[in-house]
Amino acid sequence: MGKEKPIVISIAIKEVLHILKDPRSLVILFLMPILQLVMFGYALKMEIQEVRIGVIDYSHSPLSRELVDSFRGSEFFRLFFFEGEERDINDLFRKRKAHAVMIIPGNFAKDLTRESLVDIQFIIDAADPNAATMIRNYVNQVIMNFNENRNDMIPIPFEIRGTLLYNPDRKSTYFFVPGIVALLLVMISALLTSITITREKETGTMEQILVSPVRPHEIIIGKVLPYILLAFLIGIIILLIGIFLFQVPFEGSVMLLLFLSTLYIITALSLGLMISTIAPTQQVAMMLALIVTLLPTFLLSGFIFPISSMPKLLQYLTYLIPAKYYLFIIRGIILKGSTFMQLFLPTLYLSIMSTVLLVISIRKFSINLER
Amino acid sequence: MSEIAVQTSGLTKKFGDFVAVDQVSIDVKRGEIFGFLGANGAGKTTMIRMLCGLLKPTSGEGKVTGLDLYAESERIKQKIGYMSQKFSLYNDLTLSENIDFYGGIYGLNPTDIEFKKNQLLADLQLTPWRDKLTGTLPPGFKQGLALGTAMLHDPSIVFLDEPTSGVDPSSRRAFWDVIYQTASRGITVFVTTHFMDEAEYCHRISIMSTGKIIALDRPDNLREKYKLPTIQSVFVHLMRQASTH
Repeated sequence: MGKEKPIVISIAIKEVLHILKDPRSLVILFLMPILQLVMFGYALKMEIQEVRIGVIDYSHSPLSRELVDSFRGSEFFRLFFFEGEERDINDLFRKRKAHAVMIIPGNFAKDLTRESLVDIQFIIDAADPNAATMIRNYVNQVIMNFNENRNDMIPIPFEIRGTLLYNPDRKSTYFFVPGIVALLLVMISALLTSITITREKETGTMEQILVSPVRPHEIIIGKVLPYILLAFLIGIIILLIGIFLFQVPFEGSVMLLLFLSTLYIITALSLGLMISTIAPTQQVAMMLALIVTLLPTFLLSGFIFPISSMPKLLQYLTYLIPAKYYLFIIRGIILKGSTFMQLFLPTLYLSIMSTVLLVISIRKFSINLER
Repeated sequence: MSEIAVQTSGLTKKFGDFVAVDQVSIDVKRGEIFGFLGANGAGKTTMIRMLCGLLKPTSGEGKVTGLDLYAESERIKQKIGYMSQKFSLYNDLTLSENIDFYGGIYGLNPTDIEFKKNQLLADLQLTPWRDKLTGTLPPGFKQGLALGTAMLHDPSIVFLDEPTSGVDPSSRRAFWDVIYQTASRGITVFVTTHFMDEAEYCHRISIMSTGKIIALDRPDNLREKYKLPTIQSVFVHLMRQASTH
């Protein structure tokens, strides 16, 4: 028993020395995620802004101009009058001069004052279906406001008034910044450990360690320890930048977030370790680490695309993505102030996942002694 | 402590259908310099790796320092040193840090490590290099340092797998001086090589071909037996014979 601890620490110290003796890599390790966070944070926005609407006004009436003005009141729309024919609309879309076209019929003012139904036509560019849906929703809202303002005599039987919680302004940055943190943490952690063992296999030092009485779990644990600390530091930095630079509100417990982030880091480091026990060279290990973390986290964790709208098969696949659980955790804590008990399930999944990955790594590692 | 350092009987290693080591039986005495000669792929490295516990034998029996290869491989590891043809020290660490690490994984306590470090560096006349990066060390010194580091825990046997490949002749000569010193302290040296002149320095040599031992004796006995002037010529003769069969 007394012997076991120093061996793990000897390995950990050696690993720390490797890290410290390579300041260039260390700088890259800290700068890369910061740059990525800033880039992603500013680039990833789902809100539509400056929707250009071409208006064909056959009515030429004060009322039709009132309608147009009601659109101008909103910051989302930029309206311009389009003098061309209806058949030129396609051209407008193709040249990306407009996202939507509003056609106000000639009988608009007359019919409206007579209190009969009037149709206004909207043609929306649905090349980007998400944006088109959003434009339609916004337009409906503006029209509804217009109708209400014009005539509040007509009683509406009932009305749905939604209250938006946790992100009332519907800022996509609040949603994405935690996602980017999840992505960067898993990527960097897996990269860090994936090369440590393969590097030693390549240089031949692993053999020298294996002929010593060191046990596989001592090597694995000794190697992971320093990287937990390193990834944790990087994690804190990107969290701080995410919260302060993008002014994401922080509702929950900082300690809880740090604690569960460490768990997530351990899961990712274990993933990297497993890769390094399989990969023959450092290059292969790095590629594998990127392939296993980058795209799946992007596509399958719920980072951008909602899991519930994926095909069933892909939905099952998402259970294997550690970032999926971490996203529950980080979005929960940051935006909703979730407590540990509310996040118990994703925490449990992450714990199971890291344990399984570590056990596989140690097993795989022992089998590798055979080669 | 038994006078037999390594004893195997019928030791065999198969990789799939390929028999890398075929029914090898040897006895190596304590303090002996035992050489393994053979072409690449003859099974020398596989043999050494089985004795070090890096590979599990497929069949046969073996004892290293009186301990069973199968049941007591963990205890064997504490008593052996190993040095491979690849340079096994970390180039990005200093000499001192390398020694600390290897001493540490054998569970030596820091004061012992410090004492042995000073002794080793003094022996190799590397004391001024103590805090320099190992990667900057001139090539001639590297083998000696690697061997010294592999023996920090005072093993009773050292296994050297082509320790001098890629080393210039004068450094090879110096390295063999170290091997002699080691053996004179009662440490058994088990060495593979493909340099025939080095074979002459061994107390006994075994010549391997396609996994089998085809000759095993003292170098002078072998030369006499085949009436040839050098081990080089004995080796060539035996290889021809083996290939005609």
